[in-house]
Amino acid sequence: MSDDTILKIRNLKIDGKTGDEWLPILKGIDMDLKRGEVLGVIGESGAGKSTIGLAAMGYTRGGCRISGGTVDFEGTDLVKSSEAYRRKLRGKKIAYVAQSAAASFNPAHKLIDQYSEAPIQHGVMSSTDAATDATELYRRLQLPNPDEIGFRYPHQVSGGQLQRAMTAMAMSCRPDLIIFDEPTTALDVTTQIEVLSAIRDAVEQFGTAAIYITHDLAVVAQMADRIQVFKLGETIEEAETRKMLSSPEEAYTKSLWAVRSFKATAKPKPPADEVPIVELRNVDAAYGATPVLFDVNFKIHKGRTVAVVGESGSGKSTAARCITGLLPPTKGEILFNGEALPAGYRKRNKDQLRQAQMIYQMADTALNPKQRIEDIIGRPVGFYLGLSGKAQRERVRELLDLIEMEPDTYMHRFPGELSGGQKQRIGIARALAADPQFIICDEVTSALDQLVAEGILRLLDKLQIDLGLAYMFITHDLATVRAIADEVVVMQHGKVVEQGPKVEMFQPPHHPYTDLLLSSVPEMDPDWLSNLLGARERGEIVDAKTAGSADN
Amino acid sequence: MADVTNDPMALSADAEAPRVEQESRWVTVRRAFRSAPLTAWFGMVVIVLYIVVAIFAPLIAPYDETEVVGDSFFEPGTLMFTSDTVEDGRAFKKDLTTHFDGVIERLEINSENMRDIFITSDAPEKIFVKKFVDDPEWGITPQQFDSFAGELRTYLAPHDFTEDALELGTDQIGRDTMSRMIYAARNTVGIALVTTILSFTLGSLLGMLAAVVGGWTDNILSRIVDVLMSIPQLIFALLLLTILGANVINMILVIALLDSTRVYRLMRAVGMNIVVMDYVEAAKLRGEGLWWLIRKEILPNALAPLIAEFGLRFCFVFLTIAALSFLGLGIQPPTADWGTMVRDNAQLITFGQPVPLYPAAAIALLTIAVNFVVDWMLHRSSGLKE
Amino acid sequence: MHPISKMALQRLALGIFTLFVVSVIIAGAVEFLPGDLAQEILGQAATPEAVAAFRAEVGLDKPPVERYFSWLGGVAQGDFGVSLATKRSISELISARLGNTLFLAGFAAVIAVPLAVTLGMLAALYRNTWFDRLVNVSTLSSISFPEFFVAYVLILFLSVGYGFDARWVLALIGLFLLVEGFGAVKEGKRIGRFSVIGTIFGIIGLAMVVNALFGWWNFKVGAVSAFPSISNISSGAEFGERVHRSFLPALTLTLVVTAHMMRMTRASIINLMASPYIEMARLKGMSPARIIVKHALPNALAPIINVIAVNLAFLITGVVVVEVVFVYPGLGQLLVDSVSKRDITVVQGCCLIFAATYILLNLTADILAIATNPRLLHPK
Repeated sequence: MSDDTILKIRNLKIDGKTGDEWLPILKGIDMDLKRGEVLGVIGESGAGKSTIGLAAMGYTRGGCRISGGTVDFEGTDLVKSSEAYRRKLRGKKIAYVAQSAAASFNPAHKLIDQYSEAPIQHGVMSSTDAATDATELYRRLQLPNPDEIGFRYPHQVSGGQLQRAMTAMAMSCRPDLIIFDEPTTALDVTTQIEVLSAIRDAVEQFGTAAIYITHDLAVVAQMADRIQVFKLGETIEEAETRKMLSSPEEAYTKSLWAVRSFKATAKPKPPADEVPIVELRNVDAAYGATPVLFDVNFKIHKGRTVAVVGESGSGKSTAARCITGLLPPTKGEILFNGEALPAGYRKRNKDQLRQAQMIYQMADTALNPKQRIEDIIGRPVGFYLGLSGKAQRERVRELLDLIEMEPDTYMHRFPGELSGGQKQRIGIARALAADPQFIICDEVTSALDQLVAEGILRLLDKLQIDLGLAYMFITHDLATVRAIADEVVVMQHGKVVEQGPKVEMFQPPHHPYTDLLLSSVPEMDPDWLSNLLGARERGEIVDAKTAGSADN
Repeated sequence: MADVTNDPMALSADAEAPRVEQESRWVTVRRAFRSAPLTAWFGMVVIVLYIVVAIFAPLIAPYDETEVVGDSFFEPGTLMFTSDTVEDGRAFKKDLTTHFDGVIERLEINSENMRDIFITSDAPEKIFVKKFVDDPEWGITPQQFDSFAGELRTYLAPHDFTEDALELGTDQIGRDTMSRMIYAARNTVGIALVTTILSFTLGSLLGMLAAVVGGWTDNILSRIVDVLMSIPQLIFALLLLTILGANVINMILVIALLDSTRVYRLMRAVGMNIVVMDYVEAAKLRGEGLWWLIRKEILPNALAPLIAEFGLRFCFVFLTIAALSFLGLGIQPPTADWGTMVRDNAQLITFGQPVPLYPAAAIALLTIAVNFVVDWMLHRSSGLKE
Repeated sequence: MHPISKMALQRLALGIFTLFVVSVIIAGAVEFLPGDLAQEILGQAATPEAVAAFRAEVGLDKPPVERYFSWLGGVAQGDFGVSLATKRSISELISARLGNTLFLAGFAAVIAVPLAVTLGMLAALYRNTWFDRLVNVSTLSSISFPEFFVAYVLILFLSVGYGFDARWVLALIGLFLLVEGFGAVKEGKRIGRFSVIGTIFGIIGLAMVVNALFGWWNFKVGAVSAFPSISNISSGAEFGERVHRSFLPALTLTLVVTAHMMRMTRASIINLMASPYIEMARLKGMSPARIIVKHALPNALAPIINVIAVNLAFLITGVVVVEVVFVYPGLGQLLVDSVSKRDITVVQGCCLIFAATYILLNLTADILAIATNPRLLHPK
């Protein structure tokens, strides 16, 4: 083992307990990491990414066990070493940054006390030194008010800041290795940039080695020197970042990379005098006494897709709830084919309900787990179209054909017996069963792995062409917008800040917020982050403060 | 346009191997049973045993539940108070010995008021001991009185259980204890079951209604339940039974009402968790009515926690009824019932006879069994997170 | 105003309101009494004049609202009215007994609370070990016992002096060892060292069970009759005497309550230990002791306070049956007597006191839980 290798994992096998059986999570993983190197670990859900991250600290979660292999950290096998030895390493030599900082900080203690805990307990610094050091690191990680922020409690600090404070905490003992487990996944894109740059700077400054775990290719491209691709507990491919991005070898890796190539068929502009299927006119809405939508206006035409974009809390889902009638607007009206709809869904007639259907983000909660597929799809067929018995079953078969699922195989199954992508397809079929003109797609692809999401987008595009459907496509993901939208509506703080055809929207000039949003979406180019930060510093591109983004 | 069917990429959604769990329900159930811990097995066997005994009570029991088959263990006889039977703390007995020192021939209890004891002895006069009972100094209660009278009776004819032809002997008026134990399985468990079913129907219907309809309905129902639950259940039951009179029907209604508050709380919470699911929203937006929502969308998904809760509620109701019967306010004689049997035989314990423990153990065993099974079910449904 | 005092005051107001509603229910209950109360008490032979005189005497002739407020006013001054059956002052009846009941409940709580919380925490920390499983099985059994069952078993063995053959107790322990050993062997297939311990456990356990069945080696546990089975406590009794006399009822209550409290403590600690910030503390290399003291405990206060309050409230119900078994001169006993005599005024007084204690306990727990919540202590 050469001297600059810090971590060497060989043939690591970890099992997890499901019911009474031990099933493999990791099936013999090798991993090497040099001092100061950043290794990106990428994979879809269920790949075992978090498990390998924790295993690098010699740690397994409850219900998991190491059934073979070695984890060699600076020459000692952590699998065989004593718990006391591992405890000495953790926090001091190897540190961990968790996905949810809000849950991982102890609500009972101040940030600075949690920062200094590891240095004091491991005997690295005195408490006064640790406090000075904390302020210094908070400053480096660009936290606002670095002198004071440490004296706050976790719930008094925003998510993006908390994530940086956690990175600072991980750095407190100047460890040799830090594990980052999806540190930006829970954050909005505009906040993500700040956290990413803070993490990258800190890692570079201290020459810390890091394992950066994520499912987002573009993010890992910014952070890692080398990338290791995981699938179902096995390493698929491993290479230096630029090489991996430019010329992946394995079919699976290629398929991950290729996903972003999809573009929906462009639709012609509607005639100017065409009555839109759905129109929101001066809509205000409120949850109780808290106003959430302010004067929202937009139109959706037949056969076209309107993407509504915004970060969490922007009001995009609330707009959808107003259209469906779940949240009656406090002001303004919603027109359907030129006629005003009753505000609440209870007052709408069957035909009005039938015309507007919805597809949900989480296919798991969108399908009743206790109903068979034929009943889930059959109910709207019977309810709206009055078909029953054989006619209803025939219609269900047609619909399953339409979403490219074999009727004989799937009709009698329960949702629990389908994969995530298949469930989402059933959700689409249920919407189609009502024979609607208009479908609201609420983040329909964001819970799916990229490959599966791609299939769903293609299907939606095909159905739109064949059936002339209008889509309202709610998403926070601009890559999806690029792929599928005809028109884009950008929302921030409950207001529409900009709207127009996609072609125009992706061309400057933009509203500053649109600009920020667009520029914050990570790209596959490894130099993207550096270039962007440079451009923002020079004032060529708007930054979060000018655009009024929430986090700072 | 991308032709989906010819594009290998697009098909990958379906190619992605779904976890086919096409095995029949029986296989799933069998597997669940195979992995059941011993405690759960023990519980299931005991429950089945109780059910069999309850159903076939007339066939199993040697005698009828009210049939007098043997001697009462309180036969008139000789009562001798000697110094060693007098313990401190039983001052009333001590008092009695000072008043009376002879051979008792007959002992009578005034059946009208159940409060006066007459003792006939070889002494010429009838000794009237009412003053011990009502003596304000002692504040003697009916329970104390019963216990006292029972002790007196027991002294009259010490009962030898080992030599009795009947396994568990006879009770205070000569009925076969074993037969009464068997019939009580029917009565006690049956009454508890009826009460639980009643409480469940009421509680879960209202709870579901509150969860689905929300708003004012939910608010009013929940406030009522809050108030009902702010009085301890047994205390409230005692208050209501005072007013309505202590009998089986009243007890069933009172316990069912009070216990339904807990079912309501659970059902409402479970219902709330299901109501926020997108499939319920989808059904609402489709225009489905309340009955469909409850029957098709919510109830099937609430079944698992409800079954476990049914077991817990049964245990609670069963114990409450047993306690009330023990206090003499529940199931009334001559119906055979474990709680009442404990009460009737209670005084025997002080003479080293474990008779009252048999019915008490019968209660405990069934509750343990149900609790073990429920514990296993809860453990399974929580996904064995450990 | 600080959010904590605001929330605490809100709870307090809610508690007082609940108490008021409860008092209305208890006082109003008499209105639903079927038939005429006065007639019932005086018997069918009573003349109409006597009934009317009685009604006037106890105030039954006044309208319900007026009656309620005069009752409430009396209660506020400690006057609960007069017993219908004995005509004695209820306050007099209650006062001595309330003290006895509080003494009994307090006695039980003093033993049960520290015991249950400690054992519950240990079970949570040594989760899925033999200790945890032993605790689980024994507490699950214990909460299944009716109070009178526990009480009579204790009387039989500790008061009456009933000797018993200890091999059956050994057989029970043996059965547990057998199951544990079997489990360890099954689990330890790949690891090895568990199977050795498991096998030893299994053999010892099997031996104990077989011994019980064939009765090779049996021994009697000697008779104990250390405690009285009837807890007559006169008002002038000394403290030591009181403790001795109320030992068995207190032990009964302790056994029943401890099981509940332990299970709940265990569940809330396990819930807490699954939080991401506990895992974070482990990943920072903190020692188990420090994790518990520094990271778990500050957050565990609220759930543990809640557990204690719920169980102390549970004691109140438990006390009724136990007092009857041991003929303990407490409030529960008075309540049961009055219920069977249908002495409604005494029942009302007792119910009000029980309900008020119950509400007060829950209220205290609520307010303490608010006061120990770090999120509320340090608002944004």
